Amino acid sequence: MSGVLEMSGVSKTYRDGADEVHALRDVDLTVEAGKMIAVMGPSGSGKSTLLTIAGALESATEGEVRIAGRPLSAMSRDDRSRLRRRAIGYVFQDFNLLPGLTAVENVALPLELDGISAGKARAEGLRALDGLELAGRASHFPDQLSGGERQRVAIARAIVGDRRLLLADEPTGALDSVNGEAVMRLLLTACKRGMAAVVVTHDAQLASWADRVVFIRDGSIVDRTAGRPGPDSLLTGEPAR
Amino acid sequence: MSIRHSLLALLSEGPKYGLQLREEFEARTGEVWPLNVGQVYTTLQRLERDGLVESDDDAEPGPQKTFRITPGGAEELAGWLRTPPDLSAPPRDELVIKVLVATRLPGIDVHEVIQTHRRHLIELMQQWTRLKDEEGDLDLGLALVVDAELYRLDSVVRWLDMADGRLKRAALEPPAPAKAAAPIRRRAGARR
Repeated sequence: MSGVLEMSGVSKTYRDGADEVHALRDVDLTVEAGKMIAVMGPSGSGKSTLLTIAGALESATEGEVRIAGRPLSAMSRDDRSRLRRRAIGYVFQDFNLLPGLTAVENVALPLELDGISAGKARAEGLRALDGLELAGRASHFPDQLSGGERQRVAIARAIVGDRRLLLADEPTGALDSVNGEAVMRLLLTACKRGMAAVVVTHDAQLASWADRVVFIRDGSIVDRTAGRPGPDSLLTGEPAR
Repeated sequence: MSIRHSLLALLSEGPKYGLQLREEFEARTGEVWPLNVGQVYTTLQRLERDGLVESDDDAEPGPQKTFRITPGGAEELAGWLRTPPDLSAPPRDELVIKVLVATRLPGIDVHEVIQTHRRHLIELMQQWTRLKDEEGDLDLGLALVVDAELYRLDSVVRWLDMADGRLKRAALEPPAPAKAAAPIRRRAGARR
């Protein structure tokens, strides 16, 4: 089965004066619809670079990235921008909501930027907020919302419309454990409805929600978990003593 | 895991018979800790011997014999709940030993050893997390057990991350001049 996101042989090299910095080296990663992949690694391992390249925010130095089967290298700048607005949703640690817009205006913004009428975009935004049980907060501004609510608004913005790929960078980093778990459940629900998701994190509890975990070190994928096994094996332990 | 005190806790809700105790114990620990009926009866006999529970003397021994907690049992239970468990580190943590050995062995990449254990721990955490995910409305007891297990495994992963970073930094720094090795003293209990 082909993936919503397919990265093959992707490298990214930055120039720093006379030096070359290899941020990513020969990365292969495929994420199918309905699946969540976690990318784990320490700071500076290249995991955020991987996300910006997967999200068409930066170009690879070598290799190919395909989103929904379309190679990014063959697309014009405008086509890539359109793809970013229509097909990809981003969730960041610090929410990145626009402070002067209400919750529903924040959610509807990517649709409006894509030329959808304000009325229709607002209706879609409200539907997305309603799905995350935030309809009652639609006309609140970000500073009137709690951290957990802000991240739910950001998730609504990332899944509104007909998006295929969800990219999240430490999405629970600014939240307490209870709100963090709620956010992971929402991202997983979006996957089960057919999106493909990549979550980068250094947090093992967060990564353990994913179907597969890949480990990145110094720009290279060095290891991967086997597919996510069922929980049955945990319930057949020895009798308690 | 104290079966003894778990049975006292179940009996503090009212009189119960042996088979019922086993079912309720398993249900409340989310069936993560299965218990055989023999363990239940042996424990009940000891509790009765110690005066912490009592049974109907006239009833035939068997599954229908009813047990109830005594005032002494209630006192024992209240004391146990507030007694700190033994959380001191095991004298030889197997994973710590493996990482220490790997740093010394020629031809062994300690980072690769650390990664092998990290992957294994994350795979285990994925199984526990899937339990949360698949059973949306998790029984409260099981949810607490799953959280405890995830936090325990998470702390091991964090230690591996720390060890990985510390070893990487140490490899980049020139070795410090050898100092006379000072014996490590335990601060707790050390005399001033």
